[in-house]
Amino acid sequence: MEQLLITIVLVALGYFFGRRAENKHIKSIIEREAVMNQLPAMAGRFPPQNGKYHQQLVSGSVVIANDYFKTFVAGLRNLFGGKITAYETLLDRARREAVLRMKQEAQSLGAELIFNVKYETSNISGQYNKRMPVIEVHAYGTALMEYSTK
Amino acid sequence: MFISNLEIMTGKKVIKHLGLVQGSSVRAKHAGKDIMAGIKNMFGGELKAYTELLHESREEATSRMIEQAESIGANAVLNVRYSTSSITAGAAEIYVYGTAVILDNLGD
Repeated sequence: MEQLLITIVLVALGYFFGRRAENKHIKSIIEREAVMNQLPAMAGRFPPQNGKYHQQLVSGSVVIANDYFKTFVAGLRNLFGGKITAYETLLDRARREAVLRMKQEAQSLGAELIFNVKYETSNISGQYNKRMPVIEVHAYGTALMEYSTK
Repeated sequence: MFISNLEIMTGKKVIKHLGLVQGSSVRAKHAGKDIMAGIKNMFGGELKAYTELLHESREEATSRMIEQAESIGANAVLNVRYSTSSITAGAAEIYVYGTAVILDNLGD
């Protein structure tokens, strides 16, 4: 009985705080993406070979956790199968945040382009709460900077 | 030392390939931080302590790779890749590898 009560409280807390935090995060991502769009990141492997640029590795990473409510819902969803929206939004947020951080680093170096962007996703659930997903997304690429900005 | 995950360095020529160089680092989390992260876990959101930890770990792995590249006389590492694996609960391994090369006219 106590166990049930604790679960209900956690789910409720997760629902209210988790939802608020997520909406805030998505809003801030959209705002920052609009600003960062001037610095394109691409997956191409061959940069312009005109001797105008020099290059440097840049990266950004974020560790993000799901809230209790979403984990609970996803657990129920697992029984029936199908699309788990709770995890989709989590990964989407993490990827976009990682790319934004990479772009921020590139911008502070005065970069104009980012080439060969790679994503890396790993599950790093800790010692506690093994069932709670903790996800790390690391994005890295090569920033191209004009020589004059050096 | 130039590091890039492209296969070429713009405007420079590769004189010599020196083979693969690598660096790795395994880090565990501080138990206190782990508990704090556990609490944060209930509400979701970013776990800043872990982000920092993995960032430090990645820097260490990269500096080990650079050390190795320098010891064999390279002046750049191209085609760098990262990989992360969680070995056991509470510890993660960061592995970074790339091709050590010697580039010409690095003076400019």
